[in-house]
Amino acid sequence: MTATLPCFRMENVQRVFSDTFALRIKHLAVKTGETLTLLGPTGAGKSTLLQILAGLEHDFTGTTYYHNTSFSRELLPLGVRRNITLVFQHPQLLNTTVKKNVEFGLRLRGQQIDAEQVQTILNRLKLEHLQNQRVHSLSGGQVQLTALARALAVQPSVLLLDEPTSHLDPAHVSLVEEAIQYESTSRSMTVVWATHNLFQSQRVSDRVAFLLDGQLLEVASPESLFNTPQDPRTAAFVRGEMVY
Amino acid sequence: MTPSTSDVWSIAWLSVQVSTSAVLLAALAGIPLGTFLGLSQFRGKQLVVSLIYTGMALPPVVVGLLVYLGLSRSGPLAGLGWLFSARAMILAQFILAMPFVVGITMTAISAVPQSLRLQIRSLGASPWQLHSAILKEARAGVVLAVAIAFGRSISEVGAVLMVGGNIAGHTRVLTTAVVLETSQGHFETALALGGILLLIALVVNGLILSLKGQQQ
Repeated sequence: MTATLPCFRMENVQRVFSDTFALRIKHLAVKTGETLTLLGPTGAGKSTLLQILAGLEHDFTGTTYYHNTSFSRELLPLGVRRNITLVFQHPQLLNTTVKKNVEFGLRLRGQQIDAEQVQTILNRLKLEHLQNQRVHSLSGGQVQLTALARALAVQPSVLLLDEPTSHLDPAHVSLVEEAIQYESTSRSMTVVWATHNLFQSQRVSDRVAFLLDGQLLEVASPESLFNTPQDPRTAAFVRGEMVY
Repeated sequence: MTPSTSDVWSIAWLSVQVSTSAVLLAALAGIPLGTFLGLSQFRGKQLVVSLIYTGMALPPVVVGLLVYLGLSRSGPLAGLGWLFSARAMILAQFILAMPFVVGITMTAISAVPQSLRLQIRSLGASPWQLHSAILKEARAGVVLAVAIAFGRSISEVGAVLMVGGNIAGHTRVLTTAVVLETSQGHFETALALGGILLLIALVVNGLILSLKGQQQ
């Protein structure tokens, strides 16, 4: 599942909101084909980090590389950006049907819609019975599943996930984890997955990056991070203690 | 003398032509402008927005007066030779319709959540595709803008009377014909013309709203 070439590299990246550091990353490398979870409590900077990696957040200092393309402040070229897709914590769908939402990214790329491919994704996320339903009648969990299907349909090289299972019941959490793991292994897709769920992080990660107050405290394999954490704050978090 | 049936048809047809032309032009110019204003932030935007909202309250007679002065012999647009023509009426209605198209489109675009814009970008939209997708999301508001602009135009009387002159067979439209017939005491004719005006508004708004339904 893991490979050696770095997909993303961040050097001295800082993002400030109202005189407060939202993110301070001295160095972070994401390997191509790995699943890296960003673990940390609410407000740790996980969403900000994902938005920078997605090329959607430009107001930061330092440098981030996607393979050899640097994107410190300037826009990532569209061709590069189309390799990377972010599923937001609070997904917003287009005011149309589930199926049209899933096909949306393909239409943006001017691609012929592969009905079979779309159907496969809808089936995998158990959305087939909802495909012709308009999105305003969906539950929060169904919205989340549709947003994930929309992202997977474009077959990105990099999938960024911001708490993608926060509105789902355990059965659907398992469904999502399996779908993402299937996509990542079958296509060597790189996945950066923000979660505050320790168990999920353990289940899905090749490596875990622990963030607190915008700082990256530790990056390690799940076994190392959960069994022998190096930083006392990481240790406190994995023990379920308050870290503030 | 009351107008003949063929006169009524030509008056109604001119009303539709003038108002539809004015609204189409206002939509062509106003929807992109409203989209731009809804999506962008710049110094002085508040002032521009205030001016647009003020434009919605423009008194038709003031617009009529300004267009009249502009097109009159001593005016800067005298060379066009549009005074007392349908084109002058279209120009006046265009000025009255524009603030509605721009202002309501801008509001509808602004109401599309910022998060959705980011999510459309994250799916690989180019700037043009992003604007197009946002406009589509705001379509209900944009359709409303066009419907209101048409209502404003077709029911307008002061400006078209001033710049068109209410010339029989040339610039007489339903609203100015109603004024004329009322002033002559032909109340039944005036009421009938008013009924036709309402019918046209009903049909055109029905068409506009069905367009909204088809898009959804």
